Amino acid sequence: MLDIHNLAVRFHTPTGLLQAVGGVSLNLKRGETLGLVGESGCGKTVTALAILRLLPCTAELSGEIRFADENLLRLSEERLRQVRGNRIAMVFQEPMTALNPVLTIGDQVAESLKLHRGLSTRQAWREAARALTPVGLPEPNRHLSQYPHQLSGGLRQRVLIAMALACAPDILIADEPTTALDVTIQSQILALLTKLKKDLGLAVLLITHNLGIVAQSADRVAVMYAGLIMETGSTIDLFQNPCHPYTQGLLASVPKLDFDQPPGGTLAGIPGQVPNLYQPPRGCFFRERCSHETPRCQEPPPWVEVEPNHRVLCWLCKNDQEFRNKSSRFK
Amino acid sequence: MTEILLATYNLCRYFRVAGPWRKGPVLKAVDGVNLTIRAGETLGLVGESGCGKSTLGLLLLALLAPSKGEVRFAGENLHRLPANRLKELRRRMQIIFQDPYSSLNPRMTVRRLLEEPYVIHRLGDKNERRAWVTEILAEVGLGPEHLDRYPHEFSGGQRQRLGIARALALKPELIVADEPVSALDVSIQAQILNLLIQLQNRYQLTYLFISHDLSVVSRLSNRIAVMYLGRIVELGPRAVFAQSGLHPYTTALLSAVPLPDPTRPFQPPHLQGDPPSPIHLPSGCPFHPRCPEARHLQCREEVPQLRGTTTDHWVACHLR
Ligand SMILES: Nc1ncnc2c1ncn2[C@@H]1O[C@H](COP(=O)(O)OP(=O)(O)O)[C@@H](O)[C@H]1O
Ligand SMILES: Nc1ncnc2c1ncn2[C@@H]1O[C@H](COP(=O)(O)OP(=O)(O)O)[C@@H](O)[C@H]1O
Ligand code: SF4
Ligand code: SF4
Ligand SMILES: [Mg+2]
Ligand SMILES: [Mg+2]
Repeated sequence: MLDIHNLAVRFHTPTGLLQAVGGVSLNLKRGETLGLVGESGCGKTVTALAILRLLPCTAELSGEIRFADENLLRLSEERLRQVRGNRIAMVFQEPMTALNPVLTIGDQVAESLKLHRGLSTRQAWREAARALTPVGLPEPNRHLSQYPHQLSGGLRQRVLIAMALACAPDILIADEPTTALDVTIQSQILALLTKLKKDLGLAVLLITHNLGIVAQSADRVAVMYAGLIMETGSTIDLFQNPCHPYTQGLLASVPKLDFDQPPGGTLAGIPGQVPNLYQPPRGCFFRERCSHETPRCQEPPPWVEVEPNHRVLCWLCKNDQEFRNKSSRFK
Repeated sequence: MTEILLATYNLCRYFRVAGPWRKGPVLKAVDGVNLTIRAGETLGLVGESGCGKSTLGLLLLALLAPSKGEVRFAGENLHRLPANRLKELRRRMQIIFQDPYSSLNPRMTVRRLLEEPYVIHRLGDKNERRAWVTEILAEVGLGPEHLDRYPHEFSGGQRQRLGIARALALKPELIVADEPVSALDVSIQAQILNLLIQLQNRYQLTYLFISHDLSVVSRLSNRIAVMYLGRIVELGPRAVFAQSGLHPYTTALLSAVPLPDPTRPFQPPHLQGDPPSPIHLPSGCPFHPRCPEARHLQCREEVPQLRGTTTDHWVACHLR
């Protein structure tokens, strides 16, 4: 459905050239949630904005984003507007800033219906209440006349999802959709996204820093670090057999919900900090924090398929694979 | 029985919400809290945003005056003390904030930031202070090369280390850590949690560890208090939280935590709707509009008080 090939984004900044995304390949299938997970600054939002070409002009893009037989990076501004919102819609982290504070919810939902479905004002207002129903707003008619600040964060996020879905898109990009919300509200929104994906056959790109959310909501996962995908596979494979040292470190850093063990003890964690994206390290970007580093890691690591559809960008896995191949030849 | 370091009695803090024309309604941020913190323990305090955790933390350290009730630290009522005695006690309790950046003066170097607590309390001479600062910096995993830098030159994790260093400077007994790792990435979060645990073991610190994240709280708390709309609804030793028969709100919180385990079956959301506004609190049990178990008339009419069930486990629910 959506095929991203070798996407790179570089920003021209006063301090130099910053490589925010360094060659990312991803694909998204109908009726599937792909979780894009990584720590802050690793390039998740920039990747999402690149798909919709919403980046400022200081951004230099390369690679290919194929959607419906077209390369989105080559599309005319006019064609792009049709794709944006109509076929690919996006929901952001902060539901307040994405809504206009001086317009009622009804105005904004109706506006997006007019824009994307070409309805008249009367029709759009009639449709608006119906558009709010599937996202679980308790009293759609009352909410239509309210202003954004009169709704809770959770309800605002539902309104935004309703607006994103108003045009029946094929793809929904949700960038940290629950990060600003409390856990009990978060679980409501995640359940809603899963239901919509099933009911409408959406392809969802779910961006988050939270491994728990990915484990519960994604069918496949891509782990991102310093602008690169480090490991990708089905959610089950990735969590049960994490192969990249970064994925392993990330999983070991998550405190477990566990009341049986005594408190305290040390979490494994990952030493050090993310590399400077103005001057990325030579070879593997994770090298400075990796406990498995070998001299080979000074060269850019290769992609290794450790099991079907489970790929890792790491020399360690390459070495393992070569070793296995050699030993099987001796047998 | 271990020594009780701090206790609150019917602690309340109300805010008057300013209205445009007349005095606005009252917001009960903390409402009738009774709890104790024992020397050397970590008491975890969880609850969703706006339930009053930070307000409670500030009250405990006498950084905010209560509307009603009292806080006793080492037996003394903090809000009835002469200023000089309060200043003495203040040395023994410190706070760590979620966003260390906003609590660190951006125009001060690390050296001055860390010297300041000693200057305020008139401790040591110049040379002693220098030595202490270097020592405390090493304690939190930073080096002397950082002494002449400014807060903005540090990453989020390093800034939190500075926040911890400042809190540690006067060798306090009690540290209120208010969401100390909530703004940090998970790999950095692990480093800071490890540091807090390490320091606690070395200095026999007592923590009130505030977080909205139950996984983090479960990691280091000996006892846990769950807060909802200004009240403690459950308080007990950690082991209790692995059992059934918890407060319905605690159960909902536990089931809403997204676990990093894809084999865990889908958890349908336990609660519908949002928490009510703290200005217009529901009658009876404040949780009753969202409570899946609220079937009794009592739930709507009578505020449940915190009651002991088994030793040391307290629940505020008519059905428990
Ligand atoms: N408009 C911009 N100009 C310059 N740098 C940017 C811009 N937007 C993002 N960046 C940088 O790109 C990197 C990736 O950012 P982002 O995609 O927002 O991370 P994430 O969403 O994973 O937290 C960061 O280092 C960020 O500072
Ligand atoms: N200085 C204040 N004035 C008015 N209301 C306040 C003030 N401080 C906190 N509140 C209110 O008190 C409630 C509890 O806030 P807080 O203690 O910060 O909660 P938490 O830390 O659990 O998120 C909230 O509704 C908040 O808006
Ligand atoms: S390529 Fe080398 S440095 Fe990079 S993650 Fe693999 S083992 Fe570590
Ligand atoms: S008192 Fe009633 S409403 Fe409150 S938590 Fe218990 S069962 Fe639910
Ligand atoms: Mg982002
Ligand atoms: Mg708070």
